[in-house]
Amino acid sequence: MSFVPFTRRTLLATGGAAIATGTTGLLVPARAQTLAPTPSMRGGSNNYRPGAPIVERIGGGGFWMSGTVRRAGDGAPLEGQRIQIWAHTTEGHERDPQSHGATLTDANGEFRLEMPQIVPAFGQAHGHLAYDDEAFETVFLRPVMSSASDTSLTADFVLQPA
Amino acid sequence: MISDRVRFALIWTALVGVLAVPIAAAATSPLLAWRDPIYILAGFAGIVGMALLLVQPLLIGGLLPGLSGPPGRRVHRWIGGILVAAVLIHVGALWITSPPDVVDALLLVSPTPFSVWGVIAMWAVFAAALLAALRKRLRLRPRRWRLGHAALAVVTVLGTVAHALLIDGTMETLSKVMLCVLVLAATGKIVAGLKV
Repeated sequence: MSFVPFTRRTLLATGGAAIATGTTGLLVPARAQTLAPTPSMRGGSNNYRPGAPIVERIGGGGFWMSGTVRRAGDGAPLEGQRIQIWAHTTEGHERDPQSHGATLTDANGEFRLEMPQIVPAFGQAHGHLAYDDEAFETVFLRPVMSSASDTSLTADFVLQPA
Repeated sequence: MISDRVRFALIWTALVGVLAVPIAAAATSPLLAWRDPIYILAGFAGIVGMALLLVQPLLIGGLLPGLSGPPGRRVHRWIGGILVAAVLIHVGALWITSPPDVVDALLLVSPTPFSVWGVIAMWAVFAAALLAALRKRLRLRPRRWRLGHAALAVVTVLGTVAHALLIDGTMETLSKVMLCVLVLAATGKIVAGLKV
């Protein structure tokens, strides 16, 4: 049988490390994940068109907007949620009706809608997304593209039950 | 020693070139293909406005041959009026293009950091123009008036340069940076030599 030396030094080191870990908040009791809801972004609702139709594709396509929709708290994926997407693209200004379209999330809470290439407008290449139905609190997002030559953009929603 | 006539021609040719290059470069921007005329007008009013910010200190410093002294100051006043008009067209045409974005900018709640610089520059240029229009009525001591007008002009220039540099728009990067550097240099030279 091997002997494990347990000296004052190891006691202090182990105890000190335990206290240090505890104060950093790294030790949390086992509990259900609490996923915070996504807040709306500044300017997110600009040029929103309530009730834009669900479409197969916005215009001629070539650019992909995608993301996920989950429930706040447990993070469960939300199926069948309507997300409206719009932007200034090669086919129209943000305010133009043809620049808007909506899509529904699948069983994994994922959505993906093809649209025309987003081009810089008002100083930044950016898109807009909205969740605006009854079941959850409304959220408007305004993600910015890291490069104007990107051909896709993602945005994720965590929704708070209304 | 170059003659006055050659110097005159060189300086004016250089100035016209320096003003024309950024405007001409912006006119070739691919972004224009996807913008309505009113949005294009808004952008170019902004570019012209920034170009005029280069002319203003040169005029007031008497650095443009043929336009030093009182004639230079008279043209400076005219250009000041055109500059205010350019800013009004810039903001007004952007408002028509996307009202909520301009409302956000004017209320200083825009998500884009450059718009706050633009709004600061706008109020500073309006204040500088107002100070000029009310010069006689205000009866400020000349030094005090000059300090106030110059301070507002400096805020206008710094705000405009920050606004322009942060924007991904129709201006071509190199010519935009060049114009910004020249505007800063001309303003700096005149302010440094100011008698206040």
